[in-house]
Amino acid sequence: MEIVLNIQNVSKTYKSAGHTLTVLDSINFFVEAGATMAIVGPSGSGKTTLLGLAAGLDRSSSGSVELHKVRLDQLNEDQRAGVRNQYVGFIFQNFQLLPTLTALENVMVPLELRGEKNIRPRARDLLNKVGLADRGHHYPAQLSGGEQQRVSLARAFSNTPRILFADEPTGNLDAETSEKIIDLIFDLNREAGTTLVLVTHDLDLAARTGRIIRLKGGKVVSDELTGGRMIVV
Amino acid sequence: MNDQSGLNFPWLLQMAWRDSRRNRSRLFLFVSSIILGIAALVAIYSLGDNMRREIDNQAASLLGADLEISSNKQVSPEIKRFIDSLGDRISEERRFTSMIYFPKNEGTRLVQVRALSGAFPYYGALETKPAGAGKNFRNGQEALVDQTLMMQFNVQAGDSIRVGNAAFAIAGTLLGAPGQTGLSASVAPVVYIPLQYLEQTGLSQKGSRINYNYYFKYDRPVDMQALVKKIEPRLEAAGLNYDTVESQKEDTGRSFRDLSRFLSLVGFIALLLGCIGVASAIHIYVREKINTIAVLRCLGARGSQAFLIYLIQIVGIGFIGSVLGAALGTVIQQFLPVILKEMLPVNIAVQISWGAVLQGIILGVIISLLFALLPLVSIRNVSPLNTLRLSFEPMTLFKDPVKWLVYLMILLFVFAFTYLQLDKWREAIFFTAGVIIAFLFLVGMAELLIWLVRRFFPDTWSYLWRQGLANLFRPNNQTTTLIVAIGLGTAFICTLFFIQAILLNRVNLSASGNQPNTVLFDIQTPQKEKVLAMAKQYGLPVTGTVPIVNMRLESVNDVTSETILKDSTTGMQRWIFDREYRVTFRDTLTASEKITDGKWTGDAGGSGRAVYISLEERFAKRNKIKPGDTMVFNVQGSIISTIVGSLRVVDWNRIQTNFLVVFPKGVLEEAPQFHVLLTRVADKESSARFQQAVVRQFPNVSIIDLGLVLSVLEEIMDKIGFVIRFMAGFSMITGLIVLIASVIISKYQRIQESVLLRTLGASRKQIFVIIALEYFFLGALAAGTGILLAMAGSLALAKYTFETTFTPQLIPVLIVFFCICFLTVLIGIANSRSVVNRPPLEILREEA
Repeated sequence: MEIVLNIQNVSKTYKSAGHTLTVLDSINFFVEAGATMAIVGPSGSGKTTLLGLAAGLDRSSSGSVELHKVRLDQLNEDQRAGVRNQYVGFIFQNFQLLPTLTALENVMVPLELRGEKNIRPRARDLLNKVGLADRGHHYPAQLSGGEQQRVSLARAFSNTPRILFADEPTGNLDAETSEKIIDLIFDLNREAGTTLVLVTHDLDLAARTGRIIRLKGGKVVSDELTGGRMIVV
Repeated sequence: MNDQSGLNFPWLLQMAWRDSRRNRSRLFLFVSSIILGIAALVAIYSLGDNMRREIDNQAASLLGADLEISSNKQVSPEIKRFIDSLGDRISEERRFTSMIYFPKNEGTRLVQVRALSGAFPYYGALETKPAGAGKNFRNGQEALVDQTLMMQFNVQAGDSIRVGNAAFAIAGTLLGAPGQTGLSASVAPVVYIPLQYLEQTGLSQKGSRINYNYYFKYDRPVDMQALVKKIEPRLEAAGLNYDTVESQKEDTGRSFRDLSRFLSLVGFIALLLGCIGVASAIHIYVREKINTIAVLRCLGARGSQAFLIYLIQIVGIGFIGSVLGAALGTVIQQFLPVILKEMLPVNIAVQISWGAVLQGIILGVIISLLFALLPLVSIRNVSPLNTLRLSFEPMTLFKDPVKWLVYLMILLFVFAFTYLQLDKWREAIFFTAGVIIAFLFLVGMAELLIWLVRRFFPDTWSYLWRQGLANLFRPNNQTTTLIVAIGLGTAFICTLFFIQAILLNRVNLSASGNQPNTVLFDIQTPQKEKVLAMAKQYGLPVTGTVPIVNMRLESVNDVTSETILKDSTTGMQRWIFDREYRVTFRDTLTASEKITDGKWTGDAGGSGRAVYISLEERFAKRNKIKPGDTMVFNVQGSIISTIVGSLRVVDWNRIQTNFLVVFPKGVLEEAPQFHVLLTRVADKESSARFQQAVVRQFPNVSIIDLGLVLSVLEEIMDKIGFVIRFMAGFSMITGLIVLIASVIISKYQRIQESVLLRTLGASRKQIFVIIALEYFFLGALAAGTGILLAMAGSLALAKYTFETTFTPQLIPVLIVFFCICFLTVLIGIANSRSVVNRPPLEILREEA
C-alpha cells in the first residue's frame, strides 16, 4: 500500500490583534494512492485551510505534511511550487483560469512550467476528453461556467498528477452542469489512477468518494469509509 | 523533485506576451506619463548636441576676430605700441554707457555705445536692416541702433540720434552682433558709431568709464595658443584681458551648458512626476494581477518567475514609451531654437541627434523599470493561497528589505543623473535633497489634507457630496499620487509667477515713499553745481552729490595678485585685485549702513596720518580681511596705503549709492572723480522732461530711473519666464496625463460602483454629480497643495534670498486654482462618460 498524503499532528494557528486563533487542531490522517476522499464540514470548520496545507499552498504551524514522501513543511515556497508542479492537480470552485490565456494555453501552462516540449497535442487531447476540442482558442471570458470548469479539469490532469485536490468544484455551477462535471472528474480520475481529495458542502457528492472526513471547529470529528466503516487515524 | 530547469526564459517571454494581450492599451497608458518627460529631455539633449556643433562651426563668428584684447582703462603708449604690433589687421572699439537722445520725439535712453574702427567683425557680421548698413555706417557720421530701441522710440533709418555732443544719422537697425544674445540686448541695448566721431561726442574725457577693445585678424596661419602663451605675461602685467576663438568657444559653451543643464533638470522633474504615475498605476495593475499570479504559483511557478513575467512586460512597454518620447522630443526640438532664441548666441540648424535619442530611450527604460519595481517586488510574496481565498496582505515597507533597496536605487539614480548633468557633487546633493523634500512635503500635505477633510467634513452635507468625497479614500485610490503630480506642476507655475512678482515688487518697494527713484551719474566736478541747480529748478529734492573715485587694489597685508597665484591659503579671491573699485569718501555713515566691527573714522585728520577705511562686511569676510589689516590702493597712478578701520553692513535693497570701500574725508578730495546725484521724480512725464533737459545740457551725464529698471526687468522676466513656463508646462501636462491614466485605470472599479448605485436607484445625474465632486475635490486638494508649496518656497526665497517681504497676489492664484480644478473635473467627467451614460448591464458585459 502506497501512501500519497500523510498528515500527522497538523495544526494551523493565526495571530490576530494579540490573540491566537486555532483554525486546525492536531489533524491526523493519511491517504493511499488511487483513493478518493472528501473533506466535509460547516463553514469555518477549516476544510479549505486543510486542503491548502495538504496541497502545499501554505505551511502548517506544527506537525508534518508528507506528499509523495516529501515533507512539505520543511520546504520553502519555491520548493513546494516544484512539488505542486510535479505531483499535484487543482480544481477550484471559481475555476481560476488565467483570463489572458486561451483555453488551450491554460491547459499547457503546467507542462510549460516543467519545460516540456511538443505539448500542444497533449493539451488538445485533454481538451478533447473534456469535450472542448473546438474551444481551445477561446478566452475564459468567452466560455460558460461549466466550460471553464472543464478547461480547469483538463489543466488539472495535464501534468498527470499523483493527487488531485478539488475545492468545491461544483460550487459555482447549476445542478445539471454540476452532475456532468462530477462525472467527468471521477471518469478522468479513474482513467488516470489519480488520488482525489475533495472539499465540499455537498454530502451527495462526498458520498461518491470512498471516504469522508468531517471537520468541526478545526478538529476531525469523524473519518469514515462511505460504506459506514470507521477508520482509526 | 523539481525538474524545472532554470528560469525557463523563453517561456517567461511567452507568458509576458500572452498576459499582456488583453492589457496592452492599459500598459501603454501607464508609460504614457513618462513620454513627455523623455520628450523634454531628448529635445534638450538634441538641442545641446546641435548647439555644440554650431558653436564649433561658428566659433570664429562668436568673437568676430582671431584675438580680442580688452582693458577697462586707457592703455599706456608702450602697451599701445605692443598691441599695434599684433595681428595683420586690427579694429578698435570703445564701449561705454551713455544717454542717447532721439530728436524726433525728444526721447532719451541709457544705452551701451560702441565706437568702432576697422573692419570688425572679421568673421560673421553685424546683422542689420538694411543689410549693407553694418558696413556702410563707418563711412559717415552714422549709427546703428538696436532694434528694440528703434521700436520703442518709433524711429527709422534716416532719423537721427544724439550721442553726447554729436548727432548721427541712423544707418540701420542693429539685429545682432558677434556673441550677442537677445537677452543681453535687452539689458543694455547697443548703439554703434564710428570711432572717428567719438571725440566729437565729448564723452571720452579723462575719468569716463570706457572699455577699450582691440580685435585682431591674422591673414596667415598662426598658432594662437602659442601666441597667447607668449604674450600673456605682458598682458597680465598691464591688467589687460584677452579672448581667443577657443576661449570664446569655451565661454559660450559653458554659458549654454548652464542653460541646458537647468532645462534638463526641469525636464527631469517632469520625468520623475511621470514615474510616480507609472509606479502608482502599476501598483493597481499588480493588485489586479494577484489572482493570476496566485494561480501560476499554484501550478508550480516560482516567485521569481512570476516576478519576471511582469518585469518583462514593464521593460517592453517602458521601451515603447521611451521610443515614443524620444520621437516626440525630436519633434519638439525643432521648436526649441525659436523658444530659446533670446538666449542662444548662434543660429541653429536643427538636426536629429541620435546620441540624444539613445540617451532618452535608455533613461526611459531604466527609470520606468526602477519605479515599476516598487510595486513589482510585491509579486514575489503573492501566496498561492489566494486561489482558495483572497488573503493577500501587502507586505509593509519595513518587512520587505527589497523595497528599501529599490528606494535606495531610485535615490542613487536621481543623484547620479543630477550629478551627470551638473558635474558638481554639492549641487547634485542639493538638487536630490530638494526633490526629495518637495516630494515628501507634497505627500505629507496630501495626507494631512485628506485627514483634515475626513476629520472635519460636515456629516450633515448631502449624500452626493459625502460620496464624492468618500471616493477620495476608496481602496486603491490614487489621491496622493495625483496630488503630488498635479501639485508639483502647479507649484512650479505658481513659484515662477511669485518670484517674478517678488522681484518687480522689490524694485518698486525700493523707491517707495520718499526714497530716490532716479540716479544721475558720470557728473564731472565742474558740472556738479550746475546739475544741482537744474535739479532744484525742476523742483526735485536733492540732498547733494556723492563723489566717486576709481581705484585698483594693489595689496592686502602685502599679499598681491601674484602672491595669490603661488599661495592659495590666503583665503582671498584673485578677482579682488582685478576689479576696479568705485570708492567714495565722507565723514558720516548713511542711513543704510551700520558698523559691525571696529571703529568708524570720518576724517583722516591731515596728511601723514594713517588712513582708516571702512569695508562692507560680506566683502571683507569672504576675503578674510579684518580690522587692522592694511590695504594699498592705486588711485590712477598714486599709491595710497590704508588700514581697515571698520566693517559695515549695507542694505543694498534701495536705489542708493552703496560702496564696498568708504574712505574718510581728507584723502581723495584732489583725486580724479565723478559725481552721482540721487533724486526723486514724481511721475513719468516730469522724469522724461528732466531727462531731456539733462541730456541736452550735460550729454555726458547718464541717468537710470526706476521706470527703466522696471521695464528692463519685466522684459528679461518675460523672456526667461516664457522659457521656464514652457519647460514647467511639461510637468503640468505630465500631471494631467497621470490624472487621465489614473481615471482610466480606476474605471473598472468605478463601473462596479456606478452599476451598484444605479441598481440601488441612483439617477444618471446623481452619479454624474458624485464623479464631478470627486474630481473637484481632487483638483482642489492638488492645486491647493501646489499653491501652498509655491507660497512656502516663495516666502523662503523672499526672506532669505531677496531679503524682502512676500505678499501673494490672490486673484492670479485663484485663477490658477480654478483652472486646475476645472481641468481635473473636465478630464474626470470626460473619461467617466461611458459609466454614466450607458445601461449598467451593457457595461458589465463589455468589461467582463
